[in-house]
Formats: sequence, C-alpha cells, structure tokens
Amino acid sequence: MKHDIFEKNSLILLIGILIVVSIGGLVEIAPLFLLSSTIEKVQGMRPYSPLELAGRDIYIREGCYNCHSQMIRSLRDEVERYGHYSLAAESMYDHPFQWGSKRTGPDLARVGGKYSDNWHVDHMRDPRSVVPESVMPGYPFLAKRKLDFSDMGARMKALRVAGVPYTDEMIEKSQEDVVAQISPDSAEAKALLERYPKAQVRKFDRAPGGDPTELDAMIAYLQMLGTLVDFTKFDAAGPNLR
Amino acid sequence: MTKREIDSVTGVETTGHVWDGDLKELNKPLPRWWLYVLYATIVWAVGYWIVYPAWPTLNDTYTKGMFDYSQRGEVSKEVTAGKAAQAKYFELIAATPVAEIEKNQELLPFVMAGGAAVFGDNCGPCHGKGGGGAVGYPNLNDDDWLWGGTADQIEHTIQYGIRSGHPETRDMAMPRFGLDGILKPAEIVDAAQFVLSLSGKSTDASAADRGKKIFADNCAACHGEDGKGNQDMGAPNLTDGIWLYGGKLENVEKTIETGRGGVMPYWTGRLDPVTIKMLAAYVHSLGGGK
Repeated sequence: MKHDIFEKNSLILLIGILIVVSIGGLVEIAPLFLLSSTIEKVQGMRPYSPLELAGRDIYIREGCYNCHSQMIRSLRDEVERYGHYSLAAESMYDHPFQWGSKRTGPDLARVGGKYSDNWHVDHMRDPRSVVPESVMPGYPFLAKRKLDFSDMGARMKALRVAGVPYTDEMIEKSQEDVVAQISPDSAEAKALLERYPKAQVRKFDRAPGGDPTELDAMIAYLQMLGTLVDFTKFDAAGPNLR
Repeated sequence: MTKREIDSVTGVETTGHVWDGDLKELNKPLPRWWLYVLYATIVWAVGYWIVYPAWPTLNDTYTKGMFDYSQRGEVSKEVTAGKAAQAKYFELIAATPVAEIEKNQELLPFVMAGGAAVFGDNCGPCHGKGGGGAVGYPNLNDDDWLWGGTADQIEHTIQYGIRSGHPETRDMAMPRFGLDGILKPAEIVDAAQFVLSLSGKSTDASAADRGKKIFADNCAACHGEDGKGNQDMGAPNLTDGIWLYGGKLENVEKTIETGRGGVMPYWTGRLDPVTIKMLAAYVHSLGGGK
C-alpha cells in the first residue's frame, strides 16, 4: 500500500493534510492578492488620523464588531438604506477589517455625519435615552476615561509593517495630532489637515477643554466612517463592476 | 495489496490491512451513486466557470463568464428598476413645491409612506420614531419651531442642517455666556430666573427682577424684548413653556452657561432631493406644520 506511510506516521499525515488544505486556500485566496482590480482605484482614501485610529482601537476593544457590521452589501435594500455599497478600497487600511458578520445593530460603514456629536454622546452614555427600543449596552465610562495615546507612534509603525502608508512625519507627530484634532482653529489642526485631508476637527465629546477622552476618539472614528471616498468621482463600471 | 481475503463472518472482502496482529477492516467503498454525485459536482464546477466569473488570468484580470455577471451590476439594475417603477411619482414630486404636495391626493399616500420609511432610519434616532423628540432633540409634532415650520423652511433645514458645517447651513449659535466669561455665575442665575418668569415658572422674584436688565442687554437681541424668539436666527420662544433642554432652573442655567449649540446634520448629498422633499412634507404633516 502506497499510503501506508501516511497511515503509520502521524507527522507525515499532518504535513500531508497541511499541503492539501493549503492548495485549496491558495487557489481561492492568492489571486485576490495578485489581481490589481481587487482594490478599486478611488479618490480620497487616506490612513486613519491618530485620534481616529485610537477610536478604532476602542471600537475593537469594546467588541462593537460583535453587533455592528461595516459592510454595505450590494443588495438593493442595503444600498437604499445605508448608501453606496462598500468598496474594498474603503477598508484597505483596516488591519483587521471590521466588516463583521453579526447585524444586531445597524451597519456603520457610512454612519459618519449621519448623526450629531451630541447624539453620539447621549447614545454612548445611555442608548435608550435617544432610541427607546435599542438593545445596545451603554458605554458611559468612555466619557470619563482619559485617552491613553502615549503609544500611538508604535501602533502606527505596526500598521505600516502591515502596509498602511504612514510616513515618518505622521508617526513623529502622532501625539500632537491627537490633541490637534480636538483643538479647532489651531495651527496644529491646520497641519493635521494637511496630513489627513477631510479629518474633522472639534471637541467630539462636547465637554469643552480638557484632555482627549476615549469618547472623543470613539466619536471621531464614527464620524469619519464612510466619509472619505468621493463617490461623485467613482465609476462603478469597467474593472469596478464585479 | 497483500492478497484478497474474505471475512468469514460477514462474507465481505477485507482491505488487507492488519493492526495489532489480527485486527482487520472490511472493504466497504462509497455507494456508486454517491461517487457519481461527486463526479457530477466536478462537471458542474466546470460549467460554473464557463457561465460565471471564475479564474484569474495572466493579464491581471479574470474570466468574466458568458453573461458578464456582476453583483454590482445586478444591484445597479435592481435600483434602476426600482427607480423606474417610482419615476412617475418622483418626477411629479420634483416638480411640485413641498407646500403643494399635501394638497395632491395622488401624491400624498406615496409621499407619506416614503417619508415615514426614510424618517424612521435617518431622523428617528434623534427625533424619535414618531417625531416626539427628546431632551436636546426637538419635538416635531408640536407647532413650536426653532427655524420655522413652513414646508419650505423645513425642507431647507433638512437639506442643510443646523450648525452642520455645510456652507448653506443654518448657522446662528447662542454665545457661551458662562464658559466664555461674558456673564458671571450670579448673573446667569438671575438671567435664568428671568427667563423662567417669562412662562411664569420663576422661583425667585427678586432674582428674576435683577435678571430683567441682563436679559435686555444680552439676550433680547435674538430672543426679542418680550422673549418670544426669532425664527430667522433660530432663537427659541422662551415664553411658551416648551423647553428643548429642560425647563428646570439648573437646565436653563446650563443653557446660558454653555450656549448648547445643538447640531443637526445636513442631508443633501446623503439623500436625494426628492427624498428630502418627501421628508419635508412628512415632517410638515406630523401636526405642527405652518
């Protein structure tokens, strides 16, 4: 029997299984990494600003993805409710992506700008104060916790290894940029906007003055979701039609 | 294969494998029909590759399949078909001023149904599913309007929002009398007492009396000498006993201290112009439309 060797040596069997399974994986996955049309060419995408990135990390820490997806599927009902279907380009700087699969809450891919900062503040503190039928837990502690952004540079460096085009300047200025994004009309905010076009600058948690809170970061992140790509310049034809 | 061997108990051929000296297994292959189903799925896959997009090719693209199927194309078709089915109404709405829509019995059911659906997802989170509002988010069922309650004014508010950052937004904001040091804390209390006295709710007549002058100097420019407000500036009527941020002394003090400055997002761009018109007509119909 030629397969005696697999049946009698568990290690060889294991290696054999790995080889067979990876052929399946490679055939399905590898082409997507090699085809340049996998990620659409769009205008407007940029890496997250440090404050938005900190908010994203809190989003992941609190497990928001367990109930919220960030993936508007190409189905009519979703497109009519949430807006343009999500593009691969819109999550190309996400490591890991937040597409999610459980849709207990609404999809958040284009929640940016849909509601006011005040609403987010109220809604995070006590979701049922604004949406009585909501089953979302409250996150009142976000407003009270100061944001720890001492390691933003390191987080951005790690993402750069994963392929996010953070420049040395962005990493060097990461600490200042966190503060700049909650300091409207400052010179630092102007510099931030040059590094991160379309970044929104204001005190997101509506508590004037003071250090950035976790709520600032969270709302900054939510308010930018889905706002970067300029869909008036996106052509859903040719290689983008798929 | 060592040699063909028939198990004497069952009469079935064994595989010829022997474990522990005497353990053998019967050779019971898959039923033929099962095996043929497997082959059929492989043939099916080949057909699938021909019909649907499948294989990447060397020139950086992929086989498109016989019918150029694409999910994005499908959804575009569905949305276009949906729009075409509604086109009769959409064209009519586009050509009809919001104020006229309510009088058009042909349009009204469509506008009310569409408006309610859009309202539920986009407006309900702040203003409540039925438009009842909440602290900080105006009630849309009553006839107390901050920026005007005519159909056109409502349409404008939905289009451009309030302090939304859009160039056309309704943009007046109350000063932060406390935070920016315009009024001293004691003056804020007096002013708040006077404001409460306008609706007969003052708890300290002498403070309210002192507040009268502070009000005249600081507040009357927008809210009017009589406190009845000014919708051109989004200055609420302070005499009607309807409070956006609460009518207790501490609420009014906080309002004077921080200016509040609530924000409504702009919807132009996110919603198409006809949908905004439907929304405006829907909100106008909620009960308080002027």
